[in-house]
Amino acid sequence: MSTAVKPVGLGHVLLAVLRRELALGFRQKGEVLTPLVFFVVIASLFPLGVGPESALLLRMAPGVLWVSALLAAMLSLQRMFATDYADGSLEQMALSSTPLALLVLAKALAHFLLAGLPLVLMAPVLGLQFGLEPRALGILMLSLLLGTPTLSLIGSIGAALTLGVRGAGVLLSLLILPLYIPVLIFGAGAVEADAAGLGIGGHLSLMAALLVLSVFFSPLATAAALRISLE
Amino acid sequence: MKTRVIHWFKFSSPQNFYFLAGKMWPWFAALAAVLTLVGLWISFFVAPVDAQQGQGYRIIFVHVPASQMSMFIYLVMAGWAGFGLAFNTRLSGMMASALAPTGALFAFLSLVTGALWGKPMWGAWWVWDARLTSELILLFLYLGFLALQASIDDPRRADKACAILALVGAVNVPIIYFSVKWWNTLHQGASVSLKGSSMASTMLTGMLIMVVAFWMYAIAMALVRVRNIILDRERHTEWVKHAVA
Repeated sequence: MSTAVKPVGLGHVLLAVLRRELALGFRQKGEVLTPLVFFVVIASLFPLGVGPESALLLRMAPGVLWVSALLAAMLSLQRMFATDYADGSLEQMALSSTPLALLVLAKALAHFLLAGLPLVLMAPVLGLQFGLEPRALGILMLSLLLGTPTLSLIGSIGAALTLGVRGAGVLLSLLILPLYIPVLIFGAGAVEADAAGLGIGGHLSLMAALLVLSVFFSPLATAAALRISLE
Repeated sequence: MKTRVIHWFKFSSPQNFYFLAGKMWPWFAALAAVLTLVGLWISFFVAPVDAQQGQGYRIIFVHVPASQMSMFIYLVMAGWAGFGLAFNTRLSGMMASALAPTGALFAFLSLVTGALWGKPMWGAWWVWDARLTSELILLFLYLGFLALQASIDDPRRADKACAILALVGAVNVPIIYFSVKWWNTLHQGASVSLKGSSMASTMLTGMLIMVVAFWMYAIAMALVRVRNIILDRERHTEWVKHAVA
């Protein structure tokens, strides 16, 4: 696959970066699968911790699944820039005529496709273990589908800030998890609101708003952070 | 110079600011000490006993100023950070990192006093109230800032990275606050409200004095800390050798 890009057509560049990231991801299947397995293991630990009482598990399910998904998505964040940083291709990206923010957006999108989307698809299976109804499973998937791209985008800021820094993994979680809180609240809240007979429109609209905000702002912050890390 | 124009940008050089801060901080520290004494005297001996909460309410005189300062310092810190990114001034980053520990301290103090207050009033050390939760998250943001600062060796890079983090955090603080608030009302949290009754005027006076005292303390501490940071970062220069000699 050629990664040579013409100076014209931002869409071409976006697509090229996306295809490159996906190709790299599929060649290192372990790194894609590990977060998914992590998600399953974490979600399965909760019933073991709190007991098999089905009413309790049903009540906890949205929150537990969302927290597990959030942690699993965070697991692979560090990889977003680390390998490109190590082999120097990140520097080339920073030097290219295409805005770095746009390349970052493509990378975040690839992260969502490789790390977020599998979680969305796996969530209903785990939801069944917690006894969620089909309707609740659908809403859980919908909320994850809206939320995980935001997680990838916000996470990219943390990944860029901790690039090449001592103890980057733990530091990344400390920086990023507080910023994930709104997504968690509205994501898990959507499923609970539906169970309580309230509408989910508000929750989903707010999640979409968070997504729009982070699509616009976080690539800019990430690009600025990358330039600092590359100095 | 006949017209006494002060060239403010003169003080954006760490060397000049070091001496300016050296002259300023004792005043702020003295004001902080005096105001704290007056404020504590009012809050312990002058302010009347609360009709509902008895003597226990008096922790408000520390709790409210600490919470206010913890939020305000984060904004000031983000302001300095943005300033540093925009104008590429070294001092701005130093100011931001000088403010962070004080802000974290106030956030921590606010949580501790909140817990001490909550136990007799609500019967619990901790409730997942919107304000408590946001304050806790604010403490996390401060800790993230401090941790990032500590783990990058090059101070210029650390300043810039922390500046971006502070700005991202400042944008997120209102979003986090409102989402936590909404989360709390949906979950039917503890049904207590802090501001039930209107305050007696002496209580308000005491609290305002404490707020100003905490301001002065924060400024004095930031100045002292920024002096230390300046000395540390400029230790290779001649003037530092003269200054500490």
